[in-house]
Amino acid sequence: MTFALETAANPENLRRVAIDPVSRVEGHGKVTILLDDKNKVHQVRLHIVEFRGFEKFIQGRPYWEVPVMVQRLCGICPVSHHLAASKALDAIVGARHLTPTAEKMRRLMHYGQILQSHALHFFHLCSPDLLFGFDSDIAKRNIIGVAEKHPETAKRGVLLRKFGQEVIRHTAGKRIHGTGAVPGGVNKSLSIAERDELLKDVYQMVAWSRDAVHLVKQMHHQTPELYNSFGAFRANFMSMVGFDGGLDLYHGQLRARDESGNILFDGVDYQDYTQWIEEEVKNWSYMKFPYIRSLGNEKGWYRVGPLSRIQNCDFISTPLAEIERRDFIAYSGAMPMHAPLGYHWARMIEMLHAAEMIKDLLHDDDIMGKELMASGERGYEGVGVIEAPRGTLIHHYRVDENDLVTMCNLIVSTTHNNQAMNEAVRKVAQQYLHGHEVTEGLLNHIEVAVRAFDPCLSCATHALGKMPLQVEVLNEAGEQLSQLTRSSAGVVSTAV
Amino acid sequence: MTQDNISNPTTFMLDNKIIPFSEGQTIIQAAMAAGEYIPHLCYNPEFKPHGSCKVCTVKANGRQAASCTQLAQADMVVESNTQQINDERRALLQMLFVEGNHFCPSCEKSGNCELQATAYALEMMSPHFDHFSPNRPLDASHPEYLLDFNRCILCSLCVRASRDVDGKNVFALSERGIKTQLIVNAKSGKLGDTDFSDQDKAAHVCPVGVIIKKRVGFTIPIGERAFDVNPISVSPHPVKKGA
Repeated sequence: MTFALETAANPENLRRVAIDPVSRVEGHGKVTILLDDKNKVHQVRLHIVEFRGFEKFIQGRPYWEVPVMVQRLCGICPVSHHLAASKALDAIVGARHLTPTAEKMRRLMHYGQILQSHALHFFHLCSPDLLFGFDSDIAKRNIIGVAEKHPETAKRGVLLRKFGQEVIRHTAGKRIHGTGAVPGGVNKSLSIAERDELLKDVYQMVAWSRDAVHLVKQMHHQTPELYNSFGAFRANFMSMVGFDGGLDLYHGQLRARDESGNILFDGVDYQDYTQWIEEEVKNWSYMKFPYIRSLGNEKGWYRVGPLSRIQNCDFISTPLAEIERRDFIAYSGAMPMHAPLGYHWARMIEMLHAAEMIKDLLHDDDIMGKELMASGERGYEGVGVIEAPRGTLIHHYRVDENDLVTMCNLIVSTTHNNQAMNEAVRKVAQQYLHGHEVTEGLLNHIEVAVRAFDPCLSCATHALGKMPLQVEVLNEAGEQLSQLTRSSAGVVSTAV
Repeated sequence: MTQDNISNPTTFMLDNKIIPFSEGQTIIQAAMAAGEYIPHLCYNPEFKPHGSCKVCTVKANGRQAASCTQLAQADMVVESNTQQINDERRALLQMLFVEGNHFCPSCEKSGNCELQATAYALEMMSPHFDHFSPNRPLDASHPEYLLDFNRCILCSLCVRASRDVDGKNVFALSERGIKTQLIVNAKSGKLGDTDFSDQDKAAHVCPVGVIIKKRVGFTIPIGERAFDVNPISVSPHPVKKGA
């Protein structure tokens, strides 16, 4: 199955333009565009060119090591992998229900992660495009330029992220790659001093998060023709929602809607995710293409992340974020918002929700409790799902009787969005590049579309044993001695 | 220090400090009794010295010697904390790191590991040498303990503990030179086929992360691990939580 503009009919006579690497995103990827001599676009692809292999080298390791090991997938959202793995492995130690302290400490860690990651994405990576213009002076189109022109905005971005990192440090032991969650619970609770240190700043964080929502909302209202149409395409969307239908980024059940907002499935126990989601491999990317099984790969692709979550849930439990969600829904009208730039607005609503949740949890004495661990009947398979900053994150493990991992499957947020991101860059290429002389400013439009999804390309390239691969052995002179090739069908051939 | 030592003092010089010692004490024993740290890995005061890791090498009267086996002598001049000796120690550590597979970021022994703590103490910033990346499968056959041979530094503490304290001879070092490896004394080679138990001294003596009690993992939070509390130079053999 190929989509419009995915593969050119006669690529040999076309000119190739590459954006390599895509900048201001996490990880390494590139966009290639094939143009004819009239600058008409014939092919656009977002390629993920990193190669990681976590699914493979986790095999054979003891299960209790996994939540710490897998978070090395990422330096931006390690907490998401840490918690998704811990949730999956709770089933191995039979912890069907965590202690209140463990559940709330994990949630606190998670909301710290959402806050810092969303702040990083919006203020550090995207605000230069939104504040200065997509084709503004490239020398100023960065966070340093923001700090010079809008120092208060830049300062808030830095301090919001810092606060989120401090929440993570107090719950996981370190700002990056901590150890707080373990299968069955957590290894620490908050001390009074730690709680008070965070409480001191949390009200300011709530206020600044609310201001950030208003900043993006204002952009939508001021320039609707840009924000409503830039790279816009219609798609299904999926996320986890709470058991009550509310926004819940830590735990719940899966819900998907079609492009008109009609429910495709709801109340799905994520332990059964394989019954609902299938993954396809394409020979030009190390990232898989998931789709809703019942709709097939042509119509079943979908979008995850803030834009999906804010429109998929029935309500938000925290008051300020709920007011903003209602504004967002009212702005969109009868149909869901499909514009990629809407991600930023939704993302800031989630940041506000995370700040409010942190405030509430800091006022809950359970976070200083001493009952940290739960256990029960030993299990051998577990699935953990969490709503990571970029979207739904699925971890799935099998463990043998000797406690070693025998199978690992990871579907990360960016992988869910693979087809959607490709659609977005194709739309932007059609809207802005088609028939025009290519300039840096125009190419940045492509990157703006990719950035809206806040992709984590290093997270998304975890599989080993499934992707097309070519290994060349060269001598010191650079001459090829042998070559090993594995096709997308898994056929391995050797050339000497 | 006993009453006899005080009444009959005998001393040597360690890095320009006067160190008292008693008859039969090695340099490292006397230094540790005086609160002076000499980096080491295979030495553990509870066991007979082995002298194999060479990290405790000092210059005694101008000649290199393993301080865990070299007896202290009156008026001996010992150099330990010098640029040259620490450079050599760091190189030894780097070789230990590259010979095995030491992935500190996901190792549950991080913060409790004497190899890691010694590397920090000696300011080792990188492995420097090419990694051997050996293929060493785990032994998870025992119901309570797991062996991760990737982390073995051949200190033989488990061998000594099992043989000299437990009387079981569960572990041994096999082959020679660069091929030397830790093996399990069972026909299958598996720990699950021995009488190794949690009560054994050998279960609690590994300075790195080879002999791992199952299902403990990362239950000790960062900040409370042994070498989070004190660097190894201050507390070389602390009681480790969860061990």
